[in-house]
Formats: sequence, structure tokens, C-alpha cells
Amino acid sequence: MIAFLLAQTIAITGGTVYPVAGPKLAKATVLIRDGRIAAVGTDVSVPSDATRIDAAGKWVTPGLIDGAGQLGLVEISAVPGTREGSIQGDTIAAAFSVAEGINPASTLIPVTRIEGITTALAMPAGNLVSGQAVLIDLDGATIEQMLVKSPVGVVADLSESGKDDAGGSRARIAERLRQVFRDALEYERRKADFRRAQMQHLSASDEDLEALLPMLHGQVALIAQANRRSDIETALRLAREFKLKLIVAGGAEGWQIAGAIAAAGVPVLVEPMDNIPGYDSLGIRYENAAILARAGVKVALLETDTHKTRNLRQQAGNAVSYGMTWDQALRAVTLAPAEIFGVADRYGSLAPGKVANVVVWSGDPFEFTTGVEHVFIRGKEIALKSRQTELLERYRKLPPTY
Amino acid sequence: MRQPLLLLLAFTGACASSGARAGQTPAPAAAATPAASAESTSVGRLQYPSTYVRHPNPPVVIRNATIMTATGQEIPTGSIAFKDGRIVAVGAKVEVPTGAVVVDGTGKFVTPGLIDDHSHIGVYAAPGTDAESDGNEATTPVTAEVWAEHSFWPQDPQIPLAIAGGITTIQALPGSANLIGGRSAILKLIPARTVQEMKFPGAHYGLKMACGENPKRVYGRRGGPSTRMGNMAGYRAAFIQAEGYRRKWDAWNKDHKGDPPDRNLRLESLAEVLRGNMYVQNHCYRADEMAQMLDLAHEFGFKIRSFHHAVESYKIADLLAKEGTAVSVWADWWGFKEEAMDGIQQNAALNQQAGGRSIIHSDDPSGIQRLNQEAAKAMYAGQRAGIAVTRDQALRWITVNPAWAIGLDSVVGTLEPGKMADVVVWSGDPFSVYSKAVQVYNDGWLVYDRADPAHQPRTDFELGQVPAPGSDR
Repeated sequence: MIAFLLAQTIAITGGTVYPVAGPKLAKATVLIRDGRIAAVGTDVSVPSDATRIDAAGKWVTPGLIDGAGQLGLVEISAVPGTREGSIQGDTIAAAFSVAEGINPASTLIPVTRIEGITTALAMPAGNLVSGQAVLIDLDGATIEQMLVKSPVGVVADLSESGKDDAGGSRARIAERLRQVFRDALEYERRKADFRRAQMQHLSASDEDLEALLPMLHGQVALIAQANRRSDIETALRLAREFKLKLIVAGGAEGWQIAGAIAAAGVPVLVEPMDNIPGYDSLGIRYENAAILARAGVKVALLETDTHKTRNLRQQAGNAVSYGMTWDQALRAVTLAPAEIFGVADRYGSLAPGKVANVVVWSGDPFEFTTGVEHVFIRGKEIALKSRQTELLERYRKLPPTY
Repeated sequence: MRQPLLLLLAFTGACASSGARAGQTPAPAAAATPAASAESTSVGRLQYPSTYVRHPNPPVVIRNATIMTATGQEIPTGSIAFKDGRIVAVGAKVEVPTGAVVVDGTGKFVTPGLIDDHSHIGVYAAPGTDAESDGNEATTPVTAEVWAEHSFWPQDPQIPLAIAGGITTIQALPGSANLIGGRSAILKLIPARTVQEMKFPGAHYGLKMACGENPKRVYGRRGGPSTRMGNMAGYRAAFIQAEGYRRKWDAWNKDHKGDPPDRNLRLESLAEVLRGNMYVQNHCYRADEMAQMLDLAHEFGFKIRSFHHAVESYKIADLLAKEGTAVSVWADWWGFKEEAMDGIQQNAALNQQAGGRSIIHSDDPSGIQRLNQEAAKAMYAGQRAGIAVTRDQALRWITVNPAWAIGLDSVVGTLEPGKMADVVVWSGDPFSVYSKAVQVYNDGWLVYDRADPAHQPRTDFELGQVPAPGSDR
């Protein structure tokens, strides 16, 4: 799946390295070979053919992973012609995978990756079952080159906004999902009957029911958007009943039942700076991520506004400000999302054999003073350029020259 | 997490100068009231006057803190004293007024209260249902007759959240659906039962105007305007009417002979703009459109006080600096619609460099809670690009510059003797992501103390349904 276009050896030397999987290393080297991390440590010998990157005084971390948004699926939010993240006419849109909607040429991708975000979940939206989310690296000329994992999970909306697609009541959201899940399992058992039209009517299309099977067999996750405490509890209940691998997205009132979420072993995707009360989550608050993490819940942090994905590090900084430890927050934007999305064997930490998504920062990645010095995606150094840097250069001196 | 589409929908989104502050001890005159307008208004009587009264509070001295004055000074180990709502001293050492509460500011930073000149708090209140959607009178393209204060809900739970972010004054604006959306409300951000208690005494009303996509989208299939040229024709037609209205009233006001002309609320607001009593606050994204709006202002002889959002203002920063029009911008918003596609992070810094007046605004109930962080992002983005921006300048983006945009820079926005005691104590450098407002004083009143639940105001809305911060229900 991963194409290594530039086979080369790169040594990032002398920086303070945060491997995430282990303690930080002062004056350490990260050796990258053929797109993978070859070695990390303070006594790594640098091959003579390696390109050296001097990171003395700099901080080196894995590339950040945002667990939300629609990178590649939206160019201009208000222009429907540039949006690919939702479909109409199917409230159970389980078969809708966003993968082939991704635009590798999106201007949002360079804007985002030059600020240290190297990997992101591209999520479908809308409908009761929105579709399938995929994980992408923010580099690649083709969709195939960008995909890290497809699908990561099936997205369902158990929040207030899901009600409209379930007849208008939260109770019906759960009933409807149960019915669809049961029908999918029934369909699987009786595919032959289905083809001969010898089955009673099923509550979703065969295409959508088929698409739910990997989730119902625990091979991919159910990513359930739920914010109200009772909605999170409904998600937990459904996961118990159908033995699902559940990921709660949003989880605004999760702090109220952090122990129960931890006991269920369910991870939560949290947007730390979200705290405006609405009827979907009157208990929303800044301390959510910290309280969940303290209770032992695996937390990944989000920036859900796709055009502002680069502010993931500000989200993480604010999570620290409201009670997460700094180490927890770094983990929550690197290794934790990699684990939650099932790619921790390849992503999320600086360790030999892992995909070389590496960022060199001028300092603490969460601080505003800090700039990005180098970004590597799959071992390839990314030019720190975007449409926005081009606009800056054009208008730096007025009047501009054309 | 909100669904991206919902986020998108969220975007679809003078004065009878009331004079002296009622019922309150006299204070230095210069600070008490902004320069009153010389010319007559259409109506001589008080209209919806402020009933603001300074909350009684003891004198306060904050010692051993880094004092960021927004006047060019950053005092490393300094003190500030305020009494009766006024700053009385700022410096390395200050005299402690009798009976003063002394706050140890060791390791802390002190700034002026932050000012957001573009907020929809109170007019688009939480919990965000249709019932609180009171920001756009989207029934006809010119609604200069509506006043944001008549929509403002003082029990909006977003108010205490913004206070906890160090905000002491806001301009609450009508939305941008209309060419001319109505009057803004300039408010002290304090707990109150009525909006009148929050109205900043002596403030100049703003007139919200909007360029570009929003009016076109809202009215394109409802009689127009449906084009940008239609937008321009709409503003011009309105101001042409207002010129005639103003002439009639100004003539009548000279001698009060005969019957007064008929009142027209819509034209009254526009006439106040023509008289210079009301400030135009102009939502406008594209550089070429801002240039058109400057021509419109020249045609009718008024000033545009600030272009709001102004994501392309860096392209004409020289022109805007020459015109003396401020820009109220975001640190890094872009891409949510076509006219926002060219947003860059150095916008505020480039305008500063060109000699313009940059302001960081929120336009957002979440962003208003971290205006300091937004200014920090914009400052460091500028510095990293080699644009010289000082900490003091960046602090001015969220204090005295927005104060100027709403005509209150002689009253608030800096830490100087005589100014209103709107003061924020920060846990650390306000430009660090890890710093938070720990105390917020509004006119000397401790309206927020992060360490003391007795000074953490909650709205009626929150009681019994929104868990108090710190409680683990």
C-alpha cells in the first residue's frame, strides 16, 4: 500500500526526541531509511550516505494524527461541488466509503501538513449511519498512495443530529440501529434466500447490510458520535449487545461516566476546546479530556473543523491547560489515535520499523512560539509550502509584483 | 464533536448619546465619557439609556506581576493599583490605597481587559435553538432600524465563559445576512438582569454592514440583491435616502420651527452614520470589495471604522492604512466559503507592518474565550515570516485597537492612570497556550476568580441543568 518513491537515508541528529512509546531522549538521533524509522537513540551510528538534519535545540516527535474532519473531502465548505463527505437519500449509508472522494490535490493538505499534522481520519457525515471513515497520510499523488487504512470504521450518529434520520426520537436511533444490525446478520446467514427473494423485507439495502458485517464481526470499529451522557450510555449498550469495537466520538459528557467508559475499554475522541452548552450536551466542559484520561480511558484529541486541522496542537495545549499531563496530550495526538484506529503497528511513535512520519519543531509543539522546521511523511521531506505561503510571498511587499 | 455540516450552517449565518454614567461617584472626566458628538441627532430625547452602575468594590493592588500596559511598556516586576473603578497607578512600585485588597501577582501577568469588537454572544445565544436565534433580521436587505440590544439575552451562558477568558467589553453585532444589518450594542461583559445594565455608557453605536456572499445568498431568490453590483446599489440607495432625511432634521433642529419631520428609524440610524456619530462596522472579505466600500464611504462622506473578517486585507494594507480604517480579523480562519479562500495567518501582522490598525476579533463564542491565544498565533505567525511585530502591538490587537474601533480608546484598552479598571490577571504569559485568566476585574469589580467559586458567575440558564465547573455530577 505504501509507495516509497524516494529510497534514501536521513539522520535527524542532536534533537530532543519524544518517541512517545518511551521516555524522551536528549541529543538523540532518529534514523530514517526507505520511508521507515530504522533507529532511534542516543548511540545510533549515522551511515555516511545519510542526509543529515541538524536538530540541535529542536524537538522531534511523531507526526500528529487528527482523528476527525474531512481532509481531502472538502475544499470550500459553502460550495457543494467541492464537498464529498456526505450523501443524500440513504439514512443507513454504511456502504458509503469516503475513500474515492478524496482529492489528493486539495489545497488543505499542504496547509495542514506543514504545521506538523501528517495523518488524519477522513470521516463521512450526515445520516444515521454516515458511512465508512478512512485514515490517510497527508502526502501522495493518488488516493492509493494516501490511504493508511480503509476502512477504519463505520460512523453512526447517536447525537441530537441523528434523530432526524431516525424519525425524531433518540429511542428510535437505538431501535433502528439494532434492527439494521440484526438484519445484517440475518442477511449474512441467508444470502441465498435473499437472492431468491425468499426473505421478508430487510431494513436497509443489501449493499449497506453487507458493509456492516466487518463491523459486526469486530474487524472494524463503530465510530459513534455521542455527546449526551445517556447517548454515550446507549452506544455502550449497543456495543455490549452486539460485541462491537466501539469508538465514541465527541463524548462531551463522558466525564460524568468516565469510570464506566474506562471499564468498557472504549476509547473516546475529544475536541478539548469545545465547551458551548447546547441541549445535546449541557455538561460540555474543558476538563473532559483530562477527567477521561485520569479514569483510564484512552483519549485521542481532535480538531473537527477541517480547515483548521492545523490547530490540533492548540487543542492539545488547551487540554494540558485543563488538566491533562503534557505526556498524555502528546500521546493523545500520536500513539493513542494510532491505537484507536488500529494502525499502532505502523504509526504513532518513533520506533524502528514504523512509518517515518516525523516532525522537527523549534520547541514545544503545543506552544504558539513554536514553528515547524521539518516534516517527513513516509520518510520523504515535505516542502514547507502551501497556497497560503504563496499568497504571503506575493503580498509581502505592496504593491505586489505579478 | 459537531458534524461538519452543522458547523457550516453556523456561518449562515448613536447615538442619542446617553451621557454621564448614572448614579455613581464622579470620576476623571476624560475617562468617564468619550467625546460627545457635536452635531444634532434626529431625536433629542434619551433612547434606551444605559442604566449601568459600577459595582461597589474595594481598592485593589496587584503586586510583583509582569504588567503589560498596551502602551508600549512591559514592566517585569510591577504593580497596579485601582480604586473606584479607575486605575490610579501603574509602575515598579505603587502606593497602596487605604483599605486595598492586595493580590500577590508573583509569576503572573496583568493586561487590560480584552475587548472583542465582533461578537454575537447574546444575540445568537446558547443553547443555540431557533428560540435564541435573534441575530439576523433577514426579512429585507436594509434593516438599519434594528438594534442588537433589543435581541440581546443577558442570560446567555456564553457570557460567563467569555468573562473567564478575560473579556471585559464586547461589541454585539447583528449578523451579516443584510446589506445593512442594524445597530450594534457596546456592552460591559458583566452579570446583569437587563441589557441596559450592561450598556457601556457613552459608547458610539456601530452600524453593521455586510459585503459579498451573504446578502447575495440570502436575498438572491427573494427580490435581490443577487449580485455584488446589486449589493452596492442597495447601500447607495439607502444612503441617498438618508442624506435627504438628515437635511430635513438638521434644518428643523436649528430652530424647531413648525412640525418636526416624520421619524424614520431606518434613516435615523443611517443619518447618524452621516453625522459621524455612529461607526460603520463592515463585514467584508475580499480586497477588491473593501476598495469599493471605501469609495462608497467617500461618496457619502462617512468613514468606515473597521472592516470585519477582512481576510484579504493584507492585499490592500497600504490603502487601508492610508484611509485610517482598521481591520478586525481572525488569526487563521479560511476556506469556509469562496470569499474566505485567501485567508493567511500573517494578515494581522502584514496590516500592522503597513501602518494599519489590526484587531483580532472572534465572531465566535468559542474563540472569544481565547482571544489572547488567537492574538498569539497571529503574532508568532508574523514573526516567523520575518514581519516585525512586538508583544505590545499584539496585545493592542485585542485591547486598545478594538477599543478604538468602538470609540472607547480614551476610556479602556490600556493600563494607564485614569482609565477604567478593566484588568485581567493571567496565570502566566498571556501569549502562552498554557496560560489562563485567573482574575478578571471589570470597572474594578472582581467578576471572575478562577480560584474562588464565589466569583464565578453563572447565568439563570445554567442553574439546575448545566453542571458547575469543578463538580463531578
